[in-house]
Amino acid sequence: MVGYLVVLLLVLAAAAYWIGRTRAVASVNGDVARLHSLPGQHGMFLALFAAGPALLAIVLWSMVTPGIEASIITDRFSAELSGMGVPQVEAFIRDARAMAFGGLVGFADPTKEAAAAVYKSIHATSTWIIWAVALLLSASGFYWAYSRIAQAYRARHVVERVLRAFLIACSVVAILTTIGIVLSLIFESLRFFQQVPFYKFLFGTHWSPQSAFTGAGTEAGAVNQDIFGAVPLFAGTLLITFIAMLVAAPIGLMAAIYLSDYASKSVRAVAKPVLEILAGIPTVVYGFFAALTVAPYFRGIGESLGLSVASESALAAGVVMGIMIIPFVSSLSDDVINAVPQSLRDGSAGLGATKSETIRKVILPAALPGIVSAMLLAVSRAIGETMIVVMAAGLAANLTANPLEAVTTVTVQIVTLLVGDQEFDSAKTLAAFALGLVLFCITLTLNIVALRVVQKYREQYD
Amino acid sequence: MTDAIASFGAGGRPVSIHTDDAAKARLKGRYRAEAWFKWLGAGAVALAGFFLVLLLSTVVTQAIPALRLNYLTLPIDLSAAKVDPAKLDEVNYDSIAQEALAAKFPDVTRRQDKRLLRGLISTGTGVFLRKDIAADPGMLGGTVDYAVPLDDFADLYLKGLLADVGSDEAISTSVTPSGTSGDIDLTFGDNGMLALARGHGATEAENGMLTLTSGASSLLVVFNGGTVKLTALSPGANGTAIAKGTVIEALDSTAPAASGQASLRVIDTPEASRKISDKEIVWLDTLKSAGLIESRFNSIFFFTGASREPELAGVWGAVVGSFLTMIVTLAIAFPIGVSAAIYLEEFAPKNRLTTIIEVNINNLAAVPSIVFGLLGLAVFLNFFGLPRSAPVVGGMVLALMTLPIIIIASRASLRAVPPSIREAALGIGASKVQTVFHHVLPLAMPGIMTGTILGMAHALGETAPLLMIGMVAFIVDIPGGFTDPATILPVQIFMWADFPEAGFQQKTSAAILILLLFLVIMNAIAVILRRRFERRW
Repeated sequence: MVGYLVVLLLVLAAAAYWIGRTRAVASVNGDVARLHSLPGQHGMFLALFAAGPALLAIVLWSMVTPGIEASIITDRFSAELSGMGVPQVEAFIRDARAMAFGGLVGFADPTKEAAAAVYKSIHATSTWIIWAVALLLSASGFYWAYSRIAQAYRARHVVERVLRAFLIACSVVAILTTIGIVLSLIFESLRFFQQVPFYKFLFGTHWSPQSAFTGAGTEAGAVNQDIFGAVPLFAGTLLITFIAMLVAAPIGLMAAIYLSDYASKSVRAVAKPVLEILAGIPTVVYGFFAALTVAPYFRGIGESLGLSVASESALAAGVVMGIMIIPFVSSLSDDVINAVPQSLRDGSAGLGATKSETIRKVILPAALPGIVSAMLLAVSRAIGETMIVVMAAGLAANLTANPLEAVTTVTVQIVTLLVGDQEFDSAKTLAAFALGLVLFCITLTLNIVALRVVQKYREQYD
Repeated sequence: MTDAIASFGAGGRPVSIHTDDAAKARLKGRYRAEAWFKWLGAGAVALAGFFLVLLLSTVVTQAIPALRLNYLTLPIDLSAAKVDPAKLDEVNYDSIAQEALAAKFPDVTRRQDKRLLRGLISTGTGVFLRKDIAADPGMLGGTVDYAVPLDDFADLYLKGLLADVGSDEAISTSVTPSGTSGDIDLTFGDNGMLALARGHGATEAENGMLTLTSGASSLLVVFNGGTVKLTALSPGANGTAIAKGTVIEALDSTAPAASGQASLRVIDTPEASRKISDKEIVWLDTLKSAGLIESRFNSIFFFTGASREPELAGVWGAVVGSFLTMIVTLAIAFPIGVSAAIYLEEFAPKNRLTTIIEVNINNLAAVPSIVFGLLGLAVFLNFFGLPRSAPVVGGMVLALMTLPIIIIASRASLRAVPPSIREAALGIGASKVQTVFHHVLPLAMPGIMTGTILGMAHALGETAPLLMIGMVAFIVDIPGGFTDPATILPVQIFMWADFPEAGFQQKTSAAILILLLFLVIMNAIAVILRRRFERRW
């Protein structure tokens, strides 16, 4: 029903645009040059005031009503819901809503049907209210703006100010996203740390949250705090990242050097797209490649050498992740190497250095801060990478430095803890947010450090 | 007078430290290092290319079998006795198709074997049959030849992916059976079979008895219109060999087959290590040699939703889900991203707030994608109570993720428009807003579009954040709207890669191929836009 209201308002806005335009032209008897603002701007002005406030009201309404409706239902049915925990109440509300408005219903019972009936009536009321409010706002906005339109009225200023406000609002979305990330991670993590002290999380060496409530000697419902030690995850993440960088750093850097200083135009015309394609392949494809091709291959090699290689070895995940990061390293390094001025190369060549000597002794030292920063960004990328490790690395948290064994990573655990149905309040799911917070902090720090390295140590050439 | 720098060489020429032998050796060494370095660089590029080729060829070779599916044509009895035209929905079409298959093998009588035989055709047969009858009631009333999809194991076997297809060779000796069905004895004219059985992993007892267990290759003797599977062999009198065997397909008679008339079929993969039994293989081979099996374009894969049965699983649901999600992402990220870029590039005063926004956007671009998933879970699902698994939520999460990419690309594109354009517009009396929207933005639009398409391509391949908001659910229906439960292509790939059934491995590769195809198309559009509309000032 509200959809029709939005459409109606849009039609009204179009009509208002035309009316405003006509009125502006009429106010000067067709001599448009005498108007302060263009007729179209008067039209926009009228349209904005006819539809804008009403649309804002609808947005606000649609954000607020689900919560209000749910709270009214829980209030009315507080007697029936008194014995239930938070997840059951949520399920109850969800089912009642599904029964009222269509959707997948878990299972029906008379209480839910009653709740659904109440839901329907409340929703009908609130829909009527929003219709009335929106139409009132629209009419009054139209009336007010219509009365303003005159020869000297500065409609352009109003329209441009509104537009500018819109542009600012859009730029603020980026900040809101960051705030949203930080707040949601911090709040959920704080709830986790109420159940599990943070030192046990950060420094504990035993991780098996799947057995959170079955630990021997724990009471029913009590959280076993000793199974949330995240050190094995950090170690696993570092191990895989290290392997990935062992692959990506030399190959990516050498490729960048070759492409910027050695390659002929035709080689570059082939190699650059190859790297771009490599960068554009979705990570889930790399994950598939790692799990179904690379891991069995490494296992086979290991067997023929008499080594026992886990089928989900850190090596396979790390190597494939390294392949994924090669283009990232090479394009960042390429930028940095190209930023070194030609005069340095010429000077070095003039002293009789060969090309490789120039690169090793002049260009690389000059580009070092940029390269370090590129490597840090690559590490940050590897730490945050999810799909490859979810598909190719293990689930068991082993504290080991042996790349042939299975290790697990922070991102793998976030995914395993949150995929599937579980209640949202358990320490298990909250642990995922704590891991997310750690991940966010580490990658953010790496990015900031990378930025600082470039700013602080960059050589000034001009 | 001693000269430390120059001495005289053999020919009386002065030799300096720059031209003496040590210097020559040094120079040679330097050139060698130069060549090494160059080859190292070329090797790195070649290695990257090799990885790409390896990855793509793995995916493509695995995907090709999934593009076709084997169908079995059966004479299906749709006469009024079986199908009541008034009650089309109450008919068990599966059993009708199964009866038609059983009629092809009248010898199969044991319950276990019957079940095995039924398993050769897909469990979705009934559904297809019902749909086709509903579409064309003219099929009713008699027996029609109808092609049913084979079960995934049967399909994989026929594609040669499940077991070694085996080799056929004539037996150069006579074979005499003791019966036509059940467990029988075969007498071979010479004992060449014994050596052959040993070579195929038969276990030998002390009395010279060779047993072919399920860990050994399968030896099938085909003669007299039937097939016998050998289970044990022992040397007989006068250099003959006596074999015990189980008849899989009944023989016509107990007449001895002369030398060269019987043939031996060897399936190297032992029965224990393949997912298809000897019986099924024999049945399939019989059906195939009768010309009843044909390989067709796999339209099920392209035009249906997900399924637990590999032969019935399709990507269409995931493609639609991806499409809906991308629409939401584009509708949110494009206007907001471009507006933010315009503000930051054209209007924003240089103050603390704008600096913060700028730093913020750069940092957001580097935040791991999974963190955006956590944001979506905590804010969109738990705080705002939006539906799980819905394209609208997935689209919003991906929009937040793509936003920084679009903003950065749009800003670069706006910055590339020379100031002279702005000055000219301002000079003839345009307002700042008019300058930007009438002159700068249209000129920057190709670059903005390119950046947006690349950002969308990035979002299309993204998986991790969508796992967080429940798009990993198993959804059979094709989503019809933005709030229906849906899954998307990369998540479908992830789920299929995890399924244990062998048939899903090819499906996964084929789905990857489709995803890559979409990405290639998007990137090609971006490249074309850049080539055609990019202006150098």
